[in-house]
Amino acid sequence: MNKLPTQELEHLVDKIRLAVEDSNELGSLDKLRVEYLGKKGVLTQQLKRVGSLPSDQRPAFGLAVNEAKQQVEHLIEARKEILTDRSISQQLQSEKIDITLPGRGNHLGGLHPLTRTMNRLVEIFQRMGFAVADGPEIEDDFHNFEALNIPPNHPARAMHDTFYVGDNMLLRTHTSPVQIRYMREHEPPIKVIAPGRVYRCDSDQTHTPMFHQIEGLAVDRDVSFADLKGVLTGFLRAFFETDLEVRLRPSYFPFTEPSAEVDISCVFCEGKGCRVCKQTGWLEVLGSGMVHPEVYRHVGIDSEKYTGYAFGLGVERLTMLRYGVDDLRLFFENDLSFLRQF
Amino acid sequence: MIVSENWLREWIDLKLDIDGLVDCLTMSGLEVDSVQPAGSTMDQVVVGKITDVQKHPQASRLKVCQVDVGEKRTLEVVCGASNARIDLHAPLAVVGATLPSGTTIKQSVIRGVASNGMLCSARELGLGDDAEGLLELGADAKPGQSVHDYLDLSDNVITIDLTPNRGDCLSILGVARELSVLTGAKLKLKDVADWPAESDTVIPISIESPERCPRYVGRVITGIDLSVSTPCWMRERLRRCGVRPINPVVDVTNYVMLELGQPMHAFDENRLHGGIIVRVSQAGETITLLDESSHSLDAETLVIADDSGAIALAGIMGGSGSAISEHTDSIVLESAFFSPTTQAGRARHYGLHTDSSYRFERGVDPELPVIASHYATTLLKDIVGGTPGPVVEVVHEECLPKRQPVVVRYDRINKLLGVRIPKSKVNNILSRVGSKVDKSDASWKLTPPSFRFDIDRECDLIEEIARVNGYDELPAHNLQMDVTHLHMPEEKLELVRVRQALVDRDYREVVTYSFVDPEIQQRLEPNNLGIPLANPLASNLSVMRVSLWPGLLHVLRANLNRQHRRIRLFEVGKTFHQTGEHINEVERLGGVVIGSAWPEQWGQADREVDFFDVKSDLEALFALTGAKGDFSFHELEQPSLHPGQSAEIQHKSADCAIGRLGRLHPEHQEALEFTQPVYLFELDLSVLRDRKMPVYRGISRFPAIRRDLAVLVDEAVSADELLKSIENTVGADLTNLELFDVYRREGVDSKRKSLAFSLTLQATSRTLIDSEVDSIIDRTLDELRRRFGAELRT
Repeated sequence: MNKLPTQELEHLVDKIRLAVEDSNELGSLDKLRVEYLGKKGVLTQQLKRVGSLPSDQRPAFGLAVNEAKQQVEHLIEARKEILTDRSISQQLQSEKIDITLPGRGNHLGGLHPLTRTMNRLVEIFQRMGFAVADGPEIEDDFHNFEALNIPPNHPARAMHDTFYVGDNMLLRTHTSPVQIRYMREHEPPIKVIAPGRVYRCDSDQTHTPMFHQIEGLAVDRDVSFADLKGVLTGFLRAFFETDLEVRLRPSYFPFTEPSAEVDISCVFCEGKGCRVCKQTGWLEVLGSGMVHPEVYRHVGIDSEKYTGYAFGLGVERLTMLRYGVDDLRLFFENDLSFLRQF
Repeated sequence: MIVSENWLREWIDLKLDIDGLVDCLTMSGLEVDSVQPAGSTMDQVVVGKITDVQKHPQASRLKVCQVDVGEKRTLEVVCGASNARIDLHAPLAVVGATLPSGTTIKQSVIRGVASNGMLCSARELGLGDDAEGLLELGADAKPGQSVHDYLDLSDNVITIDLTPNRGDCLSILGVARELSVLTGAKLKLKDVADWPAESDTVIPISIESPERCPRYVGRVITGIDLSVSTPCWMRERLRRCGVRPINPVVDVTNYVMLELGQPMHAFDENRLHGGIIVRVSQAGETITLLDESSHSLDAETLVIADDSGAIALAGIMGGSGSAISEHTDSIVLESAFFSPTTQAGRARHYGLHTDSSYRFERGVDPELPVIASHYATTLLKDIVGGTPGPVVEVVHEECLPKRQPVVVRYDRINKLLGVRIPKSKVNNILSRVGSKVDKSDASWKLTPPSFRFDIDRECDLIEEIARVNGYDELPAHNLQMDVTHLHMPEEKLELVRVRQALVDRDYREVVTYSFVDPEIQQRLEPNNLGIPLANPLASNLSVMRVSLWPGLLHVLRANLNRQHRRIRLFEVGKTFHQTGEHINEVERLGGVVIGSAWPEQWGQADREVDFFDVKSDLEALFALTGAKGDFSFHELEQPSLHPGQSAEIQHKSADCAIGRLGRLHPEHQEALEFTQPVYLFELDLSVLRDRKMPVYRGISRFPAIRRDLAVLVDEAVSADELLKSIENTVGADLTNLELFDVYRREGVDSKRKSLAFSLTLQATSRTLIDSEVDSIIDRTLDELRRRFGAELRT
């Protein structure tokens, strides 16, 4: 005992400092804490020496021990912080992943391009206030032809290469028979579209024996050709998302009069003339007209009281123009390499 | 309808250039399909007159010709054509000329004789298919004159897509007349003078069916010379309008048809037996036509007959027995009016389609036959000479189409078109359309001309007004909408959503034909053959589908062939079912799946898709209705599916199955050459149309307790039975029940399986205590023991 107790204490703290700074793991650091600061720890033990000291030295020594304890606590805390940081950063380092690896799970499929177009068309017309109607695909002669002012042997029948399933039954050649069914069941005002499959006995590069149409019909007290022009212009601009030119051109359908083919300025060359529009700058997209009085007669609507328009558009045609598909037959080959593009 | 621009301009004084002309036609409803130059430019192809022909000294088939090319120049040309003869005018491509084929003519020596050019056939000049001999130009062709000029090749050939209502435009005259109405330009009507009779020779004509043939005009011309050929200009016009020259008589009848619109026919007078009878055929009567086809006639075909029987199908085609031949020296020219209503469909009935039937079905001007007869005589006299007899006309006025006056009201025009067109303008248009127009204060009364078969009611005239006025001139109204408060139907499940759910689960939508291969359909549905098409395009597209599977399997096959491996497809569409007379169409959703359960990826073991993968896709669709519990799966045995891996789907609301799911029967799998299992499903969409409105029920704020329960049961016990039993036994406190493990221990008991369930229990009004939960589990286990012989697995 040739050193003063306080000096001894200082010496001890120095020793502890070295030990703490040497400690490289949280576990061993905790052991050091117990060794020095625990109930039976070295510093705690120092307090017991207080009793053996002269009474004048006791307060100072007690104070010194407590200070040393605090000092050691700080040392350990500081070291702990360093070690904790180090350990977290090691953990993070070891848990690093290659975030560029592709995600797991299922892929996304896709709708058929015709459905895609059909959905858009139906939505546009629904926003314009049209209801949606449906009709049978196996039709009778009356609804498909007769009621639409196409009597037997009418030259217009030659334009409809018809599939027959029996004497009087056939696969509908257009969606127009839904007009007849709808008008027979509903009183004007009528505003309806009828999307669906139609069939013609024809198959080559530009014809498939099945294709899709959307029929439109509006009948009310004062529906005019000008309304038809407005609705079709609005719809075509909505569909192509551009203010393209729309022109109506006289044509002939037995169930409308006046009748009109509807052309749009070519969406590929903006009307300048290209291969797709055959250098004309125009693309024919649908047929339309004012409902013929003979049709009203067949459905029992007074043609003096009501007027209306009808139109029919080809879904394949619009889909081809929209996405630049150059072969109609692709739609029905269903090659995944084709379908995956939509 | 094909017209030559120059020919058309002979009939009307148009201020429009070709572009304006095309635009005017198209925008009036006579859609121009194409405009082609009548002939290619042919520089240095000139008229040559052959002045001498000698045999080639070295080659027996070749000739050495001296050809006068004008300006006192004569060229020596070697030529192989059989018709090369002295005085023939033929096209000569001189040295340096380039033919339409691209060939450039060079000075050459052919078998020792110099040739200074090439005498050309029609084909070599791009003027048709005739390569038989040299193109024979008329004697009026001046040697040295450009052939392009001589043939008037600075012309355009305009193809018009005529709509079926405009039969009146099926001629040069008709198109010119239409242009006159549209533009107000004056028609230059050709003066077709009557050609008087030069003999008394007539043929007796009787009409037995006046309602089908109200007018028949016949004229005999004797002593014609058919050794001559049709003049070059006429052949060239026929060619431009798509008609092949045959002989002068036939060519003239075709020429008149093209120019005036009256189809004509010529019989060889010497081959007729007695007079001409226009009558309806007798059933079983036979005729051999000009095209050598033979037909057995029905009892409602109009024929031209003589004492020997039918000699022509009226307005369709002549018979071969009375046809013009090279020996013909006397003819009967026919021009008639056959009623469009009775002619309609007749040609098609016999599989025929001729220029004549096409016109008669659409309506030929009933006032034309006499004029046409005179015009044809005039042309024939010039070419083949002969002595015409008088024109014999038999007419039944009462059966001719009557043009009734049509009234059009001013108000109606405005109402239908949505615009007020000035009265003066309406007046102007109507007086161009019809020659006779009566005007009153608020309406007009117009009698349509004889050639217009498409004007017989008010809307026809309104269309004329709109058309002549120009559709472009008519206004467009913005959409007018009633602002009514529509309900938003939340209980309707949109098809868009159902489709999207499958897309989100990695399915591709396909669209296949509604008619399928009967062989595949019969294989899958032996008891349900489907409705056959009477006139299919091909045998593999000949039966309406009764299921979406034949089409889906076809697409699956095609894509496997294109090396796709993992394929998941669906289709939405109708299937067609016949019960007695009744045809039922059912809208369905079908799918097919093959290959891996998951797309190829890292960190996930690859395995083949199985029944339950596909089942979960369907369960997801059912969940869209908000009432998944209304759907249930039941074992199913049917020929198309694997008997141990197929299910019938039922819905609470339906008394029969609403769908099927399963693995393609291994037998079919092998027969259809699929190397992996194929899973198929099909649902009636009617059960996916509605969904339940959510109804709030309150949330428990008390803790939930989870207990797991694993039991051993016989293989025959279904999971569904156990789940239902647990649900019923526990009652309202069971908030969730999952089956989380199926385990079969090898060697222990092969007839038993272990199923593990997790039960989540929660009461709405209090905290469940352990003893309560224990007793619930005990009760459940007791029930499973009692009903299914289950034992607790420890």
